[in-house]
Amino acid sequence: MSSMPKLAENVELQTRGHAWKDKLLPALFAATLGLMLLYTAGFAEIPVLHNAAHDGRHSAAFPCH
Amino acid sequence: MTMLKKIVSVAALAGLLAGLLLTAVQQIQVVPLILEAEVYEEASASAVQEDEAWQPANGWERTLFTAAANIALALGFALLLSAVVSLRGGKIDWRSGLLWGTAGYAVYFVAPSLDLPPEVPGTQAAQLGDRQIWWLMTTLLTAAGLALLIFARHWATKILGAILLGVPHLIGAPQPVIHHSAAPVELAKAFIFATAIANAVFWISLGGLTGFFYKKMA
Repeated sequence: MSSMPKLAENVELQTRGHAWKDKLLPALFAATLGLMLLYTAGFAEIPVLHNAAHDGRHSAAFPCH
Repeated sequence: MTMLKKIVSVAALAGLLAGLLLTAVQQIQVVPLILEAEVYEEASASAVQEDEAWQPANGWERTLFTAAANIALALGFALLLSAVVSLRGGKIDWRSGLLWGTAGYAVYFVAPSLDLPPEVPGTQAAQLGDRQIWWLMTTLLTAAGLALLIFARHWATKILGAILLGVPHLIGAPQPVIHHSAAPVELAKAFIFATAIANAVFWISLGGLTGFFYKKMA
């Protein structure tokens, strides 16, 4: 009798595990990659990066200078 | 196709195309204003000396680096947008993509610009780090506020969303002690108008393209 709820619990845990692996993890990874790109092109204060991306930063209304 | 591959493929296509479109629009109506403002900036005795580091030479070299920066920013925004769209799930096509793009425009251009309007070179502003922190806080709270306002089921949660939208503007962006710009006011106003259009074109195309490619790669 007690095996049924346990089975249901296992299935639920597995589904949660899949949701994490199939949905949340890829989205987190992609978003982190996106933030790194945005930081490098839009925010990093290294002078060479700032000068190269200068017009793009002003145009996007990012805080510049 | 795995979810990660799908998100990255959609973002690469949509980001590249929207970044190129932005570059074209920008070259027509934003960049000429930046170049004009730089003439005033250089003529102004009080202008802060730019750093001595390398910078692209005016002309095709500068345009090329601006295009590269635009595409990098576009890919960054595209990855965030595709990631959020994948988390939200449900049906998506180019039409619903336009709505996502409009939300991106509100979060990343309209909300920060209300307190920190787009500035031409040679404008006095508060400490850079302080403005960047305010910008980041504003985009996070606006995104969270919009998400609650649109997707929450309970009215109380919707009200919380509306409050979050207002918080950054109640706090207010860091402002300089004295407002001063080397460029005339008309030029500063024209720049706000030009960037508002260029960013609207960018975000709406990025949203539409993201929706289109997301559906296509299902």
